[in-house]
Amino acid sequence: MEKRVKFKGLWLPILLVFPQFLITAIFFFYPAGQAIWQSLFIPDPFGLSMQWVGLGNFEFLLADRYYRASFFTTAVFSILVTVVSMGVALYLAVLADRLVKGSGTYRTLLIWPYAVAPAVAGVLWLFMFNTRVGVVTWYLGLLGYDWNHVLNEGEAMGLVVVASAWGRISYNFLFFLAGLQAIPRSVIEAAAIDGAHFWTRFRTIVFPLLSPTTFFLLVVNIIYSFFETFGVIHTITSGGPQQATTILVYKVYADGFVGQDLGSSAAQSVILLAIVSLLTVIQFKYIERRVHY
Amino acid sequence: MATLTLNNVKKSFGKTDVIHGISINVADGEFIVIVGPSGCGKSTLLRMVAGLETTTSGDIQIDGRRVNDQEPMDRDIAMVFQNYALYPHMSVFDNMAYGLKIARTPRAEIEERVAHAAKLLQLETYLQRKPRELSGGQRQRVAMGRAIVRKPSVFLFDEPLSNLDAKLRVQMRLEIKALQRELGVTALYVTHDQVEAMTMADRMVVMNGGIADQIGEPLEVYANPATEFVAGFIGSPPTNFLSAEILGQSGDAKIGVRPEHTRLSDSGSLKARAAYSEALGAETLVHLKCADGTQFTVRQDAASMIPQEGTEVGLDWDPANEMRFDSSGRRC
Ligand SMILES: Nc1ncnc2c1ncn2[C@@H]1O[C@H](COP(=O)(O)OP(=O)(O)O)[C@@H](O)[C@H]1O
Ligand SMILES: [Mg+2]
Repeated sequence: MEKRVKFKGLWLPILLVFPQFLITAIFFFYPAGQAIWQSLFIPDPFGLSMQWVGLGNFEFLLADRYYRASFFTTAVFSILVTVVSMGVALYLAVLADRLVKGSGTYRTLLIWPYAVAPAVAGVLWLFMFNTRVGVVTWYLGLLGYDWNHVLNEGEAMGLVVVASAWGRISYNFLFFLAGLQAIPRSVIEAAAIDGAHFWTRFRTIVFPLLSPTTFFLLVVNIIYSFFETFGVIHTITSGGPQQATTILVYKVYADGFVGQDLGSSAAQSVILLAIVSLLTVIQFKYIERRVHY
Repeated sequence: MATLTLNNVKKSFGKTDVIHGISINVADGEFIVIVGPSGCGKSTLLRMVAGLETTTSGDIQIDGRRVNDQEPMDRDIAMVFQNYALYPHMSVFDNMAYGLKIARTPRAEIEERVAHAAKLLQLETYLQRKPRELSGGQRQRVAMGRAIVRKPSVFLFDEPLSNLDAKLRVQMRLEIKALQRELGVTALYVTHDQVEAMTMADRMVVMNGGIADQIGEPLEVYANPATEFVAGFIGSPPTNFLSAEILGQSGDAKIGVRPEHTRLSDSGSLKARAAYSEALGAETLVHLKCADGTQFTVRQDAASMIPQEGTEVGLDWDPANEMRFDSSGRRC
């Protein structure tokens, strides 16, 4: 059965796609093209002229120890943010799904963090963990733990991961909950009658049926952790200590706007773009095969 | 193979009472059909036996052991759901083998049992397909297969045929009955379709608003309905009900007469006006209206005379076929 709508002629489809195309062109293709163009030059210190260097910026970057370290930092950070935000969200969604009464309230409360902008979320967590006046720091002090993410690299990473994941949990939770509620109750009941206990049911029925949702969230969350976490890192650690939390997108900013090395910054954003594209392609090519629609 | 006993079983959801105390003794290998209109609590009762709903009070016993507090998986039952509830991401084989795999049945035995069930249900060529690649009737069979391979003591069916088209329904109803005979397994079957109940049941339970109005063999229930509700629900087209008054009798009883027990005759004492008729081929249903507005249906052979719309005719029946009900709906 053919369910697709068919348009006669070419004009209507073009007209319908045009606004989206225009937006994509202005806000994506144009800046991306500019970045690629700029990455081939280095400007003089006063920004008055540009000198063609070909792939020189890229060669320099790939030889740079700090840049390579930033790759590793980004990988650790992205994996942690994605795993923590998706894991916690899934756990909460499973709990909420089993709740019949009061799940509405629970849901509303859990959505709130999503409304908080990343930078504001960063400030919030910064206040709680401030090394001198933070509430959590104070309590940790009472327990004999000396919290100082300004000096300790591991603690800094932990804090930005938690702050980034926190804002993301609501979003993931909503999708997971919707996914869980779309699984017919009778299928779960049939599995229960077939002898499967909660964990077996989750592993063999629920999780596989949830895989389209999980896959979608995986793609979206990785992209989020690459880009949108900028605000959190900027407010909490500014990439420190010793660049321990300088992820790629932060380095684009730090080298370009703070260090004023626009050529290198442009080259970095091109690389970043390539990595994210590659990751997304890989996810669609290899992980999607294991998704049951 | 087992007996099943419900002893004054009740169910409330919060303050709402849904099942008001039902007792049934199901013999080993018996096919019991629970029939009643939508919302009367049939599914709830079945789900209580399955262990998917808690039992508010009363006892449920399978083969003499009380199962009220047991998990569904420990009750030795299998259930076929209205929407089949197949595992959409698993092949037909895996759907049927799921319960056996969880029970850690040896691989060879799983394959043997699934192959046997597939043969019984003519699913052999579909074992590697996913449920979405099957027709409604085939999915229904897979759901049956999943129940069969586990060799449970009791089969539970919740309106398993209501998603099929009319023709397939007739065919599957025969197949299910034959299968149950062959396996000799005790079965509890829920339906809102009185024809299914009449044709499949060894005994049927007619439910009305959370109460079992009557339990008995189909023909006995048909011939001897215990309540006005049962008389109206079992049999198609439904029983005609008349007030005693219109028949010139005293009291507030209601008289029920089945359409197939009524004749059109000029000598009949009760007069009615023909409203319209439905010709079904072998028979014709003549719908009439009495003087006080009561609807009345008569079943006529196709060969017999069908009155013109608007003409007045007499209605007549053998007094032995009259059923009297008191004001509370009980037979009297
Ligand atoms: N989980 C529940 N919570 C509250 N009421 C319920 C629940 N399940 C069923 N009911 C009510 O119980 C009554 C019987 O339902 P059900 O057993 O599904 O009827 P049937 O299967 O005969 O159509 C209905 O009035 C229904 O609204
Ligand atoms: Mg029902």
